[in-house]
Amino acid sequence: MTTSKKIAAFVFVASVAGIMNTTVASAAGGGVAIERQAWSFSGPFGLYDQGQLQRGFQVYQNVCAGCHGIDRVRFRNLVEPGGPGFPEADVKALAADWANAVVDGPNDDGEMFERPPRLSDAIPGPYKNEKQARAAQNGAYPPDLSLIARARGVEYTGPVWWHPFHMLKDMATAYQEGGVDYIYALLTGYRDEAPAFKRTEDGKLVAVSDADAEDATGVERCASVTHANGAEKDVCVALQEGMQYNAAFPGHQIAMTPPLSDEAVEYKKNADGKPVVPETTAQHARDVAAFLAWAADPSHDQRKRLGWQVLLYLLITTILLYYAKKAIWKRVKH
Amino acid sequence: MMAHHESTYEPQGRWAKWLDERLPVPRLVHDQLVEFPTPRNLNYLWTFGGILTFCLVAQIITGIVLAMHYQPSGADAFNSVDTIRRDVNYGWLLTKLHAVGASMFFIAVYIHIFRGLYYGSYKAPREILWILGVFIFIAMMATAFLGYALPWGQMSFWGVTVITNLFSSLDGVIDGLGTAIVQWLWGGYSITGKTLNRFFSLHYLVPFIIVGLVGLHIWALHVVGQNSPTGLDVKTKADAVPMYPFAVAKDVFAMFVFLIVFLWFVFFVPDYMSHADNYTPANPLATPPHIVPEWYFLPFYAILRAIPSKLGGVMAMFAAIVVLLFVPWLDRCRTVRSTRYRPVYKWFFWALVVACLGLGYLGAKPPEGAYIVWARIFTVYYFAHFLLVLPILGLIETTNQPPASIAESVLGKAGSDSRADAEPANQG
Repeated sequence: MTTSKKIAAFVFVASVAGIMNTTVASAAGGGVAIERQAWSFSGPFGLYDQGQLQRGFQVYQNVCAGCHGIDRVRFRNLVEPGGPGFPEADVKALAADWANAVVDGPNDDGEMFERPPRLSDAIPGPYKNEKQARAAQNGAYPPDLSLIARARGVEYTGPVWWHPFHMLKDMATAYQEGGVDYIYALLTGYRDEAPAFKRTEDGKLVAVSDADAEDATGVERCASVTHANGAEKDVCVALQEGMQYNAAFPGHQIAMTPPLSDEAVEYKKNADGKPVVPETTAQHARDVAAFLAWAADPSHDQRKRLGWQVLLYLLITTILLYYAKKAIWKRVKH
Repeated sequence: MMAHHESTYEPQGRWAKWLDERLPVPRLVHDQLVEFPTPRNLNYLWTFGGILTFCLVAQIITGIVLAMHYQPSGADAFNSVDTIRRDVNYGWLLTKLHAVGASMFFIAVYIHIFRGLYYGSYKAPREILWILGVFIFIAMMATAFLGYALPWGQMSFWGVTVITNLFSSLDGVIDGLGTAIVQWLWGGYSITGKTLNRFFSLHYLVPFIIVGLVGLHIWALHVVGQNSPTGLDVKTKADAVPMYPFAVAKDVFAMFVFLIVFLWFVFFVPDYMSHADNYTPANPLATPPHIVPEWYFLPFYAILRAIPSKLGGVMAMFAAIVVLLFVPWLDRCRTVRSTRYRPVYKWFFWALVVACLGLGYLGAKPPEGAYIVWARIFTVYYFAHFLLVLPILGLIETTNQPPASIAESVLGKAGSDSRADAEPANQG
């Protein structure tokens, strides 16, 4: 085999392997391809990575908490096992210094009053209610993030005939991370401009690469395209004023400005002065997505650990029951 | 009929005799659960009756404990379910045992129903047994629908909206009737916490109606005896084995296999069979892009949407369930029970399975394009199967000759004449 043939063969094998590894699905309602990520908590044996949850909380605190609440999570949860597992004293101090106060009362004078949160309190978000949030955010509502990782999913976009097998594979490999994959895709899915399209003579819109769009004329920037039937022209849905283009978001128009950037959050340093993981947008997105997975499913680790104990018991008992059944039926033809 | 076997119970001791003369519960257990003659040739599809009984009991137990923590009010329902998951001891496990349990209950009941269809378990003298089963299935669907409303997430709320609004189509029959029924169901002019309240009340009630129906179902079964893969009844001692230990050993083993699958989902894929949108609190102002019911309703939902008229769709959906009640009389094949001996019907049976699976798949897809075409094809086949294939094929099909008895099917001619190896003791 010549070198060029070897390279060609290698490229072929690699690309086939790549296609098979990249399972794409789309966000609910959006028809968008979402790439599956490898999480420490993927699969039946996966558990949360405590360091990652701690970094993810840091990202939440420094970036997301300005707009998004997480009010089903309590400060004490940050201490509990199976989560970020911060030392209790640190979380006490964190609560006492938290940017938003808790409304308590009424006191002995019958007045409501504000006080710093305690360990037992829910983490107070930036806004008192939805109206206040919308007023502050030009009418957009930053949703509470407590359950967001379970409240989002991915839709299958592959061929119909493969769908049943895809479902069986997901059941057998315990794929549960659709929401987390979606969050990661959303946080890393921003683009400066909406994708470029060119209109063909019969009115269809065809995607062109950014490089080609540079020097071409008649390029339209569309957040999404509504394909028309028959002789009608495709409709280019342009990005609205004040909206950002996001590849993962359903409809691709999102009010949230790109929240993350490289070195947005300072991570713990190793002995050599370098951060434990790179302080990149992708890493921040990955960490905060993992943190949100925990926030939505804090009993995850306990669930899987108990699950294996239960399953082991069931497997052994089932084997014993099988041989008991065989022994009982041994002398009876059936 | 073997099922009316003589009682072989002999009370041991004075206390047992005293009780036997007053309330013979031990005799009932002995005759119906220990000595009860079970066809010796049953396959594993016959283990689902026991599995379903287990499912019902498990749902009731987890449900009663969940009800201790749940708040059935519009403002608190979603939060209380979240609190159960986060703060109640093993609440995350209870909620999932109950939610996944409902799905597993339906998997088991669908296998049980198709087993009945394949082996002709609805044929005389088992018509009432079958009809009671259909009633149980209807009550299960009602319970599941009511229960899915309770977490009061987006899919709960919009599922209730879609399904209760179906009744408004009755306005086309008598003006105002549909609207009146819908408002009566809602307890007001829109879906509110009042609707949730009554759904909770009924969700707690209907399972106990199911318990009653299951009691009758088992009673009817023990009067006529079990059908078998050959479609033959138990006629002689050699056809049967006592329920204990034979059937019990098999049932318990099958139940544990079922439990492995059940708990795999509970512990490792707990959200697989429900919808992500239900982790968002109910919001009457925001409609989810796709409103889909739980998977076990999808075939019926596909039928509903396959019909281009609203009233027609609603009628077709209910007819799809009601038609099951008439199966014992729609099937005109009187020569054999089991599809084993029906070479032509066999194909139609599997076509029905494909149609139901296809409808289930299409129920989750938007009603457009090729999806709606296929939904219509499968819907037509579904009804044609019951209304045309069963009556007509039953009359014209040449069936194969089944063995003379269950014993013969297992032991061959010689074996069934005189001896059955391992003669079960105390056979009545």
